Amino acid sequence: MEFYVISLLNSLVFGMLLFMLSSGLTLIFGMMGVLNFAHASFYMVGAYFGYQISAMIGFWPALVIAPVLVGVLGAAIERYGLRTVHKHGHVAELLFTFGVAFMIEELILLIWGRVAMNYQVPASLDFTIFTLFESDFPVYRLFMLTISVVMFVALYLLLTKTRTGIIIQAALTHADGVGMLGHNVPRVFMLVFGGGSALAGLAGVIGGNYLVTSPSMAILLGPIVFVVIVVGGMGSLTGALIASLLIAALQTFAVGYDYSLVDLLAVFNIELGAEPWFPDLWRIKIESTGPLLPYLLMVIMLIFRPKGIMGERES
Amino acid sequence: MITENRIPKSGKGQMMKRYGVWVAASLLVVILPQIFDSGFAVTMMSEMCIAIIFALSYNMLLGQGGMLSFGHAVFYGFGGFIAIHAIKLVNDGASVIPLELIPLVGGVAGFLFALLLGYISTKKAGTTFALISLGLVELVVACVLLFPSFFGGEEGVSADRMLDYSITGFGFGSGIEVFYLIAFWMVIATALMYLQTQTPLGRMANAVRDNPERAPFVGYDIHLVRFFQFSLSGFFAGIAGGLLAINYEIVNSEMIGAIASGNVLLMTYIGGVGHFFGPILGAVLFTFLHLTLVNITQAGQIYLGVLFIAIILWAPNGMAGIIMVHQPIWRAGKIKRLLPSYLAALGAGLVTFFGAMIFVEINYHLSLSIEPDKPMQLLGVEFQANGWIPWLLAIALMVAGYFMLRPLIRKIGRKWDELTQEMQEGGIA
Repeated sequence: MEFYVISLLNSLVFGMLLFMLSSGLTLIFGMMGVLNFAHASFYMVGAYFGYQISAMIGFWPALVIAPVLVGVLGAAIERYGLRTVHKHGHVAELLFTFGVAFMIEELILLIWGRVAMNYQVPASLDFTIFTLFESDFPVYRLFMLTISVVMFVALYLLLTKTRTGIIIQAALTHADGVGMLGHNVPRVFMLVFGGGSALAGLAGVIGGNYLVTSPSMAILLGPIVFVVIVVGGMGSLTGALIASLLIAALQTFAVGYDYSLVDLLAVFNIELGAEPWFPDLWRIKIESTGPLLPYLLMVIMLIFRPKGIMGERES
Repeated sequence: MITENRIPKSGKGQMMKRYGVWVAASLLVVILPQIFDSGFAVTMMSEMCIAIIFALSYNMLLGQGGMLSFGHAVFYGFGGFIAIHAIKLVNDGASVIPLELIPLVGGVAGFLFALLLGYISTKKAGTTFALISLGLVELVVACVLLFPSFFGGEEGVSADRMLDYSITGFGFGSGIEVFYLIAFWMVIATALMYLQTQTPLGRMANAVRDNPERAPFVGYDIHLVRFFQFSLSGFFAGIAGGLLAINYEIVNSEMIGAIASGNVLLMTYIGGVGHFFGPILGAVLFTFLHLTLVNITQAGQIYLGVLFIAIILWAPNGMAGIIMVHQPIWRAGKIKRLLPSYLAALGAGLVTFFGAMIFVEINYHLSLSIEPDKPMQLLGVEFQANGWIPWLLAIALMVAGYFMLRPLIRKIGRKWDELTQEMQEGGIA
């Protein structure tokens, strides 16, 4: 029981962090058809900005300033880079964002070096809020949950209830038509790209001290975020939410199971010989398959339901 | 992406023109290690040859078939692992394969693995294909630690390449013998890949890339065309992997992962995906920069990244594209008119580059070296990295270079327009 409750809470925290990243990515993809390889890099930049600004003027200003800076950076990259390669097609755009991701990692190395930053949870949020089955639940996790839920609600309201949101939604499917009506579609694209980057930056500010702030954080999380938007359905916000929670649960719960195929066979009273074929395969424990499961899920999803859980169209 | 699709004209002169370059390049490969015979040079040339095969096999996907893969190193790495296991088996006396044929073992392994993974991943091209390739590479990387008896865990698998069996009689103890083996396979693989572009499959791959809606009307299944192209590409990547296994006698998980896949994408794209010889240029340049920059600077990756982004933004056909664009002007004998402004732009570009380089190097010195307060050396000049003079110099050079470059680029554009117009009037273009 203890394991289930604690794992559920932890997977909820990680899942919402994943959602903060994937929401921006899925919006950018849905709208511009650009699979932004650099999205996790914006998350990393957010964490480093968060660290630097916290060290200078404190965590609370950093929580606001860092995402805004990342958003401006994203908008600038869209305006001066992505828009230039747009005419060469989607493959060129994908390659461009790949190059940007590569460069951001190198620039982070250039400025902050290779070692992980000492980015700590602020003292005002560093206490235990409740104790469940003798495990402490830090208030910071609750804070992360709150931020991400608030962000989801705000984003949902923005997209469905405001005029800007309706234009964005229209531009998702009928970019040309929106342009005919006199809206500046490239500017909408730039805003969405900047906004998505800002969300990733916010995830970085609150995730950097929860996980680790190091130059490899983008590479570690980036592919998983792709998995989320594929599984959830490209361009779907609700799908991204479901898939984020699903994948976080998959990874968190897998850690707790100490079984392998040998154990499964033992249930049916089958014993392996001393030298079975593929000796490693039988000994793999579920707990060590955590890094593998999301990709397995994604490949299976792409084969059987390329639209994803909530997607309306194939990419 | 436009591929050269000129129909060969008959006649001996045409044959010479067509294949002369390739014969000359093969001769160059034979002669070069006799001139540059240091250990470092031979290692570099071996790596270049391997990179050429790998990049060309990658271009079978990206350039020929329009499939952007982020996981091509899976087949390269798998070929490498199978090859090193094959060498090990011969070491243990369990099998009899001469070393000269080990790359073929890697190639077959890459081919079979590509057959296995290809059918599902080639159903769609474009973004879906790119995503599946990304998922598969992460899947394979995750498997490396789960199957230690095949992948050898973190330290990898090693073997001794000096086998008792040999067709040619060489022992392959020295680097130069291994180089010639690699070069031999490189020439064979390059020729085969070139011939493949001329086959119906190669041509249909182009058609499927350019117009997947219309290609089925000619009577081909676009999925199968992509699938065959993908499998063949896996074959050649496996050969490259097998050669790497022979070259280093060790294969580890670094070879199979996302970084190796990213590198082959960078080198192929920098070289140019639209022309057959593009990846060759890219592989040679990339390997050269990769190996030499490591010794000079810690910022090597940054310069490669800048080069990559610059190519995407301004020269989407890569270096090969830049060369081919100038071919008609060269033929018309008008290249001289462009040279002065090119040289000027090169000068201005170098000024900007020097500024950026100083900027990058002082920052690297400050963030990565153990003692940032110690003076650093750059191009033989020693100075304090945390003083204001280098910063000012770097920024001044960058700004000055930028303002010099801008009018020059406009001038080159105007010259181009003039030349194109003249050539059109002359009826050449």
